[in-house]
Parts: sequence; C-alpha cells; structure tokens
Amino acid sequence: MAITKEEINAANAEVLKIILSAKPTLVGMGTAGEDIPGMTPTTILHSGPPVDWEHMSGPQKGAVIGALMYEGLAKDDKEAEALAASGKITFDPCHHHFAVGPMAGIVSYHMPVFIVENKEYGNKAFCTFNEGLGKVLRFGAYQPEVIDRLKWLEKELYPIVKEALSITGEIDLKAMIAEVLQMGDDGHNRNKAGTSLLFRKLAPAIVQTHFTEEQKVKALKFIDSNDHFFLNLTMPACKCTMDATFCDVNPKTKGSTIVATMARNGYEFGIRVAGLGQKKWFTGPAEIVDGLYFPGFTAADANPDVGDSCITETTGIGGFCMGAAPAIVQFVGGTPEDALNYSRQMYEITEGEGTTYKIPALNFRGSATGIDIRKVIKTQIRPVINTGVAAKKPGVGQVGAGIVHPPMKCFEDALKDFKATYLE
Amino acid sequence: MENRVNVLFTKQIKIVNFGIQSFYNDNKKQGVPSVHVDWKPVAGGNKELESILDDIL
Repeated sequence: MAITKEEINAANAEVLKIILSAKPTLVGMGTAGEDIPGMTPTTILHSGPPVDWEHMSGPQKGAVIGALMYEGLAKDDKEAEALAASGKITFDPCHHHFAVGPMAGIVSYHMPVFIVENKEYGNKAFCTFNEGLGKVLRFGAYQPEVIDRLKWLEKELYPIVKEALSITGEIDLKAMIAEVLQMGDDGHNRNKAGTSLLFRKLAPAIVQTHFTEEQKVKALKFIDSNDHFFLNLTMPACKCTMDATFCDVNPKTKGSTIVATMARNGYEFGIRVAGLGQKKWFTGPAEIVDGLYFPGFTAADANPDVGDSCITETTGIGGFCMGAAPAIVQFVGGTPEDALNYSRQMYEITEGEGTTYKIPALNFRGSATGIDIRKVIKTQIRPVINTGVAAKKPGVGQVGAGIVHPPMKCFEDALKDFKATYLE
Repeated sequence: MENRVNVLFTKQIKIVNFGIQSFYNDNKKQGVPSVHVDWKPVAGGNKELESILDDIL
C-alpha cells in the first residue's frame, strides 16, 4: 500500500527527534585497523560516494599514493600508482565504515582515529587527525615531509592525545559545538573557536602525560598552529548523529525524506536519504566551488568539490550556520548579510530547527536542521555548503574557499526512487 | 477613461520583483526602491517531479 503524507511527516519528525537528541561524545582514540569495522591492511577509505581508481580526482589519487607509501605497501609513487590500479587494493567510502574524512578523506590501516560515540543511540564514528594546511595528504600531497608528518601523528601525537584523553575523560562534543557557534565559528570552514576550546581541555592533560617535555611541546604547538584541528571532531560528531537516522538502523524512520548523508569525492556529489537506507547513493557531477582564491590561483586550478565535511551541513551547522560566523565571509567571499541570508534561506528546505545549535545574530534561533528532499525539489533551493577548495593537481594544497551546492540531480533521483520504493 | 498604468508612472515607483534577480538588480542600480522575492516554479516546472510531490507533500 502506498505511503501517506501523514506517515512521511511522522517519519521525518522522528528523524528530527533523533538528530536533536543525539549526544556525540569524544570517548577516545584508536587506529583505523583496530577500531574501524571492515578495515584490512589493503583497504583504503576515501571521501564521498563510491568511486574507482580510474575516476578518482587528482587530490584523491595523490592521497591514495601517499597512503600506500605511508603503509609501506609501495616504496615510491610509481609503485603506489601501479598497486592502486592493480585491483589488489579495496577502495570503499569512509561512509560505509562509520568514518568521515575531510577533502580526499583517505584513511588507511595504521592511521590513528578519534572515536566519537553517540551516547543516546550507542553508535560510533571515526575520523583521522587533521594534518594542518599546506602540503598535506588530504589535498593529495605525498612528498617525504607529508609521509614523515603522518608517521609523527601515528608514533607521537596519537599516544600523547590518547593518554591525555584518558586524563580528561570523555568530552561532550555537542556542548562544545554549541559553544563555538556562539564564538564565531560555523562548525565547518571556521574552526578557530573550536580548536581553542579543545586546546583548553587538552593542554592541562597533555602536560600530565608521561612523555618528554620536548614531545609534549611539539604536540601542543601542532594543535595550536592548526585552526582546523577541531574540524576532525565536528565531522564524526555529525556523522554519528546522522547515522542513527537511517531506516535500516531504526525502522521508525521508514518513509522519511530527510537527507542523512551529503559527501563528495571530487568526481561526484552523493546523498543518501534516511528513509531509503544506507545502501542507496544518489549522485551527480561535483561542482566547482564559487569563492575566493588564494593569491596566484584561479578557478582553473580548482578541483571539483571534494570531501565528507558537508556532513556538518547535513546536521544543520557549517553553511547552515554561516550567520553565526560573520568573519568567514572574508575567507569565502560576500558580506555578513549574505551569510545571514544563507542561514535564513535554509529554513525553507528543512524539517525543523536546532535546539542546541543556535545562531546569535538570528536572536539565537536554532539552525535549520533536517534537509527534506521534497522541499529542495519544490523550492529549487539547494543546501548551501561552506567549503575549502583543493587544487586539482595533487599535492598543491588548498587554493581557496567558498560556497558550493549539491547538484539538483541528486535530489531528483532520490525523489524518483522514493516514489518507486513507497508509492508503487 | 484615464490609463491607470500611466498614472502609476507619474509617481515614485516601488517594485516587488518575483523570480529573475537581474530585473531587481537593474532597478536597484537606478535607485528604484525594490524588494526581491526569490521565487521559482514548483519543481522548476518539471511535471514528473511535481506530480510526485502532489502525492507526498
């Protein structure tokens, strides 16, 4: 029997309830190989919807090459490229393994990962350390300095932060994200406040660890010097929030039209819908980001939109909270009024409003939460994403930042599939 | 009978613009008080998608 509008509305209300009642909490650190389900020594996870080696974008290919060298599976880039193309490596989206990764989103066996648990629903999410800006793996760089930094993250920073977290105890990320929105962050592209708050929590614990003075100072300086360090915690916080909404996890959300995942691999943009389950991706070509480019770069240098970081917008922060982060317009272009308008416009396409994530400049109105594919199609308003721009040439790094949207095709295909699933 | 449109043009015009934003931008450039309503046809005018929405929204 065909689903009714009332049943769809009830399922969407349930999804909103699950999002708003989530309790993402940093519970510790582990490694991808030991903690992420389904990892093997020859598995490489990547951002976005599924993609094969042939179709991977420049930054993603570069990051795969770097990861294979980091893992000791290849001695140089030529050998790594041949191995990646040989079919001996299993490529799979981070999203299929309860993980998320910014930009190229590459996760390999020995990489340390934050473990974030949704205390309300018991599910977990994983994310690697943020490496900082410049020549880093997530932008496709694989020079010796990149591999050396990855080794340092694994061998030194990981045990230090792991021990520090055993001293701090669990960290309530929901409360911390709510606070950073009151401090000028959007939770995606501006993470200065978040990194500062986390630093305040971690620093007293890091100095109590058993490591040498030199190791502790290096760890503290690394976290302090990287404004985006906190991004790799907001992302798994949002991931474990949204994973609890899928109908194959919670049957009460069967029939929901709310988007549970948005992600890009630099080739395609993909969405998944709570009521259509975790297995179905609806994809369209990833777009070029509209924004400001760093000196010496233009849109011609840009790779199409890439990364899992728009899980933040899926949860109602990031671009949806741009109005909370007026300073971000200096980074992505536009005016503070534009930022507020983006936040206001998102209420047109969402199920409800946040009860914890709020925007001070909108009189502390809860952020637009729960993207409804029906409303996107009806209004033709696409979700707004606040993002960095990777160079299409591997290893160059970030070349700008700006605004981007999912292609409308993702929502159109999802709506047609919803009809086939629930109305026929 | 007097043409009411012509009378309208003898006064200060205030414009509410629906849809195409460039019309609003042009008015604004000429100093005409205008507001823009960001309106688009339902489902962008796609009849197949509109008919699905009729059943579920």
